[in-house]
Amino acid sequence: MKQEIHLKVNGVDHHDEVEPRLLLVHYLRDVLNLTGTHVGCDTSQCGACTVMLDGQAVKSCTVLAVQASGGEVKTVEGLATNGTLHPVQEGFWEKHGLQCGFCTPGMMVAAVQLLERNPDPTEAEIRHALEGNLCRCTGYQNIVSAVQYAAEQMKAAKAAPAPVTQ
Amino acid sequence: MAVSKIFGSSVKRREDPRLITGKGYYTDDMNLPGQTYMAVLRSPYGHARIRSINTEKAKQLGGVVAVYTGQDLADGGIGPLPQAWPLELGMVNGEKMTIPEWRVLAIDTVRFTGDGVAVVIAEDPYTAKDALDLIEVDYEPLPAVTNQAKAMEPGAPQLHANVPNNLAFHWRLANGDVDAAFASADRVVKAHFINQRLIPNPMETHAAVASWNAGAEEMTFWNTSQNPHVTRLLGTLVTGIPEHKLRVIARDVGGGFGCKISLYPGDVLAMWTSKKLGRPVKWTEERRENYVATAHGRDHIQDVEYAVKNDGTVLGIRVKAIANMGAYLNTGPAPGVPTWLFAPMLAGCYKLIALQSDTYAVYTNTTPTDAYRGAGRPEATYIIERGMDIIARELGMDPVEIRRKNFIQQEDFPYTSIGTFTYDSGNYEGSLAKALSMADYESFRREQAEARKHGRYLGLGLSTYVEVCGLGPSAGANAIGFTGGLWESCVVRMHPTGSVTVYTGSSPHGQGEETTFAQIVSKELGVPLEQVDIIHGDTSSVPFGMGTYGSRGLAVGGAALVMAARKVREKARKIAAHQLEAALDDVVWEDGIFHVQGSPDKKKAIQEIAFAAYMAGNLPEGVTPMLEESHFYDPPNFVFPFGAHICIVEVDPDTGVTKLLRYIAVDDCGPVVNPMIVDGQVHGGLAQGIGQALFEHGIYDEDGQLLAGSMMDYAVPKAGDLIHFDLARTETPSPHQPLGMKGVGETGTIASTPTVVNAVVDALSPFGIAHIDLPLTAENVWRAIQNARKP
Repeated sequence: MKQEIHLKVNGVDHHDEVEPRLLLVHYLRDVLNLTGTHVGCDTSQCGACTVMLDGQAVKSCTVLAVQASGGEVKTVEGLATNGTLHPVQEGFWEKHGLQCGFCTPGMMVAAVQLLERNPDPTEAEIRHALEGNLCRCTGYQNIVSAVQYAAEQMKAAKAAPAPVTQ
Repeated sequence: MAVSKIFGSSVKRREDPRLITGKGYYTDDMNLPGQTYMAVLRSPYGHARIRSINTEKAKQLGGVVAVYTGQDLADGGIGPLPQAWPLELGMVNGEKMTIPEWRVLAIDTVRFTGDGVAVVIAEDPYTAKDALDLIEVDYEPLPAVTNQAKAMEPGAPQLHANVPNNLAFHWRLANGDVDAAFASADRVVKAHFINQRLIPNPMETHAAVASWNAGAEEMTFWNTSQNPHVTRLLGTLVTGIPEHKLRVIARDVGGGFGCKISLYPGDVLAMWTSKKLGRPVKWTEERRENYVATAHGRDHIQDVEYAVKNDGTVLGIRVKAIANMGAYLNTGPAPGVPTWLFAPMLAGCYKLIALQSDTYAVYTNTTPTDAYRGAGRPEATYIIERGMDIIARELGMDPVEIRRKNFIQQEDFPYTSIGTFTYDSGNYEGSLAKALSMADYESFRREQAEARKHGRYLGLGLSTYVEVCGLGPSAGANAIGFTGGLWESCVVRMHPTGSVTVYTGSSPHGQGEETTFAQIVSKELGVPLEQVDIIHGDTSSVPFGMGTYGSRGLAVGGAALVMAARKVREKARKIAAHQLEAALDDVVWEDGIFHVQGSPDKKKAIQEIAFAAYMAGNLPEGVTPMLEESHFYDPPNFVFPFGAHICIVEVDPDTGVTKLLRYIAVDDCGPVVNPMIVDGQVHGGLAQGIGQALFEHGIYDEDGQLLAGSMMDYAVPKAGDLIHFDLARTETPSPHQPLGMKGVGETGTIASTPTVVNAVVDALSPFGIAHIDLPLTAENVWRAIQNARKP
């Protein structure tokens, strides 16, 4: 018995009928064709599927699409604004925070959540905050650097005077 | 950035913009109209006879398109999987290797948990999995054996009727007078090592999308491969689809580490079912499926004897390694891993005079093993680098001094090691000295002594490694039984407007070759990076390539690129000389411009020459139109990167927890194209090697159940498990690689496992602990301490 769901994903409204057992990650990937969010495991260990649901980083392999109904989802495809990369995306590019890139979307979403909660994390805090996201390529060092880079950028942007409007 | 400065710089990766915005091209991202979904029913038993399979209920489930069994495949003409490396040279008593039949789906016997039994094709993936539950298989469980030493014992359960005692093969490498070396030794130091089974865990599991076009009689096959042409060749051999009608595409691959070299049963199933049904078929492994269905790595039991003089000279080494091959020989380089990729490196960077290594390769009721990052070399390096520490301790020598005493010296290169390989270049003292200085070795020893007084157990471990990579000269590979070339291909095409497309047979999956190869083009042809595109991973556009593994991307694929680019440049020079009305020898090349010697104003940019080559009306005699050249590069030798790693740890004696305090890696891979990317390769290698040292274990129970069968149970290192690594480099070019480059993809993995174990054992030396077997989990370390404390 299919159920109707409605979600806002990356600012766009979607209405669909889905099976109750459909996972949010499969809804995003297979129904909405937002394939940037990946599936890396089946036990909620790896975090490749991490997305924002109502402002909270969640593992979308552990959320049913019907549970997310009525909510707002942000995926990797929604991190950039008007073509400008999010500072976390910039950081991953700038600091070589990715190799194969498969864990990266989820890792970046987790990093965005971290910086929202803690704009000035220590290295230990970054490593702790990212423990729910596995990477097999980078050894995490450049991911840490990428998050530190993003934190600096975001601090600088906050400190900068607001643009003068005429 | 000036074109001349691009090579050697940490330019940002050109593959990243798509990967950080969710626009990658991974296999599972591919969706085709009319696509169906495949799921494989896998054996829950380690060893069982199949009495019967009933697929009727599954077939009746709504949404199920088809269900097939092993018999259906056999009836459809699908034979067993091929084997790429039938060993001959080195087989003891000249025996031939028996290659047991590995069916894509088992017909009468399953030999490991995960062995395929039936396949379902359905309209959606959830239905495909539902249908698996409706297939009734009547199994008769058989006794299983998972430990390779036990599998060799008389009376052990037998896996294959044509393989007595489960012995896949007995192989030997012997060089020098081994008996004399041991007779002249002052002492023989013995060691017993477990090099545990690891599970590769690329973040992207195996995946494939097969699409058969019955009208054109051609197959397009997207999959997660490190070597699409090899996948195509093996696919043709199994399915009978001709090579020119089988297009394999592997664009973005989410990590490989060796386990994506092979053609897997699932790949064949996707191709065969798509052809049979005339519809696209997608197969994406679940992670738990990946744990049992994709090849594992390592898994040796090693007995070692070192012939040693009391002054620390190591004369010889005698090794007996029992390698666990799993239930079948995996289709990749599996037989080569515990043999030719292992034994020749047992002497490491030392001047041993005798070596004998016997490999007993054994079948067990476990997932097949194959190449995993380092593939044989970590298993060898562990023996010699743990060995050096064990010997030093027995002799009361400093682990640094014993290494120095035995080093091959800088002036000795090229040096033919007792392992039979000729090392191209090296400066082992150089990297060691640098690492010791970074660690401030002497003051650490003082700090360690002081800490012990306060009940704190600090330890320092060292490894000075050399590894063989850049696989490799084809003649050498053929001579040792490998049924493939190990050259690499490249086409360099300069377009009329001067931009460049490169088609490389390398098949990167995280190594960043879209960036580093463009940097090389920039250096060789003087064009800016944004004017260069690197195409890889598509057999329809790229010439036959051997792919990316064995740290061969830059060392071999990069060399093919350099040679092809230089051919383009040379052709352009001829055209430039003609158009500048100058003698060829008078035309000078500088940063993308040809000019006449002594007349810098008489010049042509290579872009102008490209257009002239396209116009083609004014070319010198004998010169063909367009600027496009290809090169197939077969290296004259392997390359031998090396380095010195130091790890400092603190072990908590009450909990057994090892805390990494510092990790220093000094590596030498020759000149570096992009330091940022090389550092990244080292970081990742270290994470996997440290993972083996401290956390990871692909452990089975005696019945063949994989106890570490999910990411909940297998410890892939997390961010908090690792620390900031201190990296440095020395630079010793390879004399035979066109740019002097050596591989760096596996060095971190190869060096770090013994480094970390040496550190932990050093920390625990006050307890009299001489060795702890891998992995050094808190529990294993704690138990070792408890045992040592027993009176």
